[in-house]
Amino acid sequence: MKRELLKFLLFAVLILVAPLAFKGGYLLNVLVFVGINTMLAVALNLLLGYAGQISLGHAGFFGIGAYLSGVLTATCGWNPWLAMPFAALAVGILAGLIGFPILKLKGHYLAMATLGLGIIIYIVFNETVDLTGGPSGLSGIPNFAVGSLVFDSDIKNYYLVWTFTLAVVLFSVNLAGSRVGRALRAVHDSEVAARVMGVNVRLLKVQVFALSAVICSLAGSLYAHTMTFISPVSFGFNFSVELLTMVVIGGLGSVYGSFLGAALLTLLPELLRGAQDYDIVIYGGLLMVMVMFVPGGLVRGIPDLFRRMARLREDAGNA
Amino acid sequence: MLEVSGITRVFGGVTALEDVSFTIRQGAITGVIGPNGAGKTTLFNIITGIYSRTSGRVLLEDRDITGLPPERLAHLGMVRTFQNIELFGTMSVLENVMVGLHTKSSSGLLACSLKMPWSIAEERCIRKTATKWLEFTGIGELAGDTAGNLSFGKGRLLEIARALAVEPRIILMDEPAAGLNSQETLGLAHLIGKIRQMGVTVVLVEHDMELVMDVCDRIVVLNLGKKLAEGTPREIQENREVIAAYLGDE
Repeated sequence: MKRELLKFLLFAVLILVAPLAFKGGYLLNVLVFVGINTMLAVALNLLLGYAGQISLGHAGFFGIGAYLSGVLTATCGWNPWLAMPFAALAVGILAGLIGFPILKLKGHYLAMATLGLGIIIYIVFNETVDLTGGPSGLSGIPNFAVGSLVFDSDIKNYYLVWTFTLAVVLFSVNLAGSRVGRALRAVHDSEVAARVMGVNVRLLKVQVFALSAVICSLAGSLYAHTMTFISPVSFGFNFSVELLTMVVIGGLGSVYGSFLGAALLTLLPELLRGAQDYDIVIYGGLLMVMVMFVPGGLVRGIPDLFRRMARLREDAGNA
Repeated sequence: MLEVSGITRVFGGVTALEDVSFTIRQGAITGVIGPNGAGKTTLFNIITGIYSRTSGRVLLEDRDITGLPPERLAHLGMVRTFQNIELFGTMSVLENVMVGLHTKSSSGLLACSLKMPWSIAEERCIRKTATKWLEFTGIGELAGDTAGNLSFGKGRLLEIARALAVEPRIILMDEPAAGLNSQETLGLAHLIGKIRQMGVTVVLVEHDMELVMDVCDRIVVLNLGKKLAEGTPREIQENREVIAAYLGDE
C-alpha cells in the first residue's frame, strides 16, 4: 500500500518538474499529448490488461468526447467545464448500453464488434457535416478558463492536462489493487472460476468498459479544448490500433507501463523526424522487436535488462 | 440439503443424463462415482449452474436453484472446485483466496478507486480472513507465490482454500484427488474431514475408490447416465450391479 503511494508521488514529482527541462519549446507541446495519450492508454489497459477484454474502437469514445465538447462549446456556447462532464456522462451511458450486448462476445468476435463500433463512430463524424464540419473539421473551440486565467499556452495546458492524467493514474492504481481490480484480473485468468466465486462477470465487464470509455471521453474533451481544432482523422481506426500498441508495448496490466508506452509512441515520431520517410519502417521494426523479445512490455522488460546486465558484469568479474 | 430430481440432459442426440434423482443430507460427505462417461461431471456442471439441463429440478434447502448461474449460487452458499484446477494463475496465492471473499465484501468500483475509508477497512479485513483460510488448508507459507507456479497438489489445496473463503454451506469437488500422490491424497482426506467438522456439506466426484470408501458417508453410483445405486460405502461395495458395471458382466 505504502509503496504504491510512494511510486505515485515520485511519478507526480517527475511530471511536475519535467517542463523545466524543456523551457517552453516545441517538445512541451508534445508532452501535452503524452499526457492525453497516457490517459487513453491507461483507460484501455483497465479493459485489456486487467479484465482481458479487447477494444479496437476506443478512438471512437475519445472522438465522441472531443466532438461533444467541441460542438457544445463552439456551436452552442456552453462553458467547457460544463461540456466536459456532460460529454463524459453521455459517453458513459452510451458505452454501458453498447457494452451489455457486445461484451457477451469473446476474443476475435469482440475485436470485430468493437472495430465495427469504432468505424461507425468515425463515419458519423465525417458525414454529419452540419454538426461536426465533416472531414474538414471543427474549429473555434474555446480554451479552458478559470476566471481570467485562460489555458492558451503549452505550459498552462501541460499542467491542466497532467492534473487530469495524474488523477486518472492514481484512480486506476487504487482500482487495480482493490477488490474490484482483483475481480477484473480473476475474470482475465479464469472467467468460470471468477463466477463460481460470486463475481458478476457480465456486470463487471460492462462497468469497466463504461469506465474506460468515460476516461477516453475526458481525454477527448481535454484534447478539443487544448487544440481548439478537431477533425475525424484523429479518431479513426489507426488511432485505436496505436492505443492498443501503447498498452502492449508499455506492458499489459501495468498503469505505469501505459505511461511508458504512451510516451514512447508519442515521442518516437518526433525523434524520427530526421529519418524522413524511413520513420515508418523504423517504427514498424521496433514494434516487431518489442513484441518478439519483450512481450511483457517496457515496464517489465527494462528491469529485466538491468538484471541481465548486472549478471553479465558479475560473470565478467568472476572470470 | 440438496435435492436433485429427475435431471435429464441431452447433447444433440446423446442422452448424457437420464432422470437422475437423489438427496444429499446436511453435514454429510457424499461421493458420486461411476465408470468413465457415466455423466458425473455433466451432473456437477448442471448442479453448479455451468450447464443447463434438459429437464428436472435442483433444490438447495427447498429453494429451487435450477438454472441459476454460478455467481448467484455463490451468494446462496454453494461453491465448487474443478477437475483441472481453475486458479487465477497470474495472481498471488493470497490474492486468489481474496477473490473468494468477493461475496463477503461490497465496496464498489468508485469506492475502491477513491480509497474510501470503509473500503480500506474492508480490504484489511479481506486480507486477514484470506490468510486464515490459507493457514486452514496448510499453505500459509506460500501466500506471496504466484498461483500459476504452484505444484498440482498445492494448487488443489489453494483451490479448496479459495472455495472455503466463500463460506459455503455446501462444497462440490470435482475429482479432488486426481493428479495427487498418495501422501497428498491422505492430506486431502484429512482436510475433507476438517471441512465437514465445520458443518459444511461435501459432495465429491471421485475416481480414487480408496478415498471415496474412506471418507464418504453415502455414495451415489452413476452408470451410462442413469443412477445405478445409492447407499453407504459398505452397501455399494457389495452391490452386484455396481460390481458388474465396474468389472463388466461375466
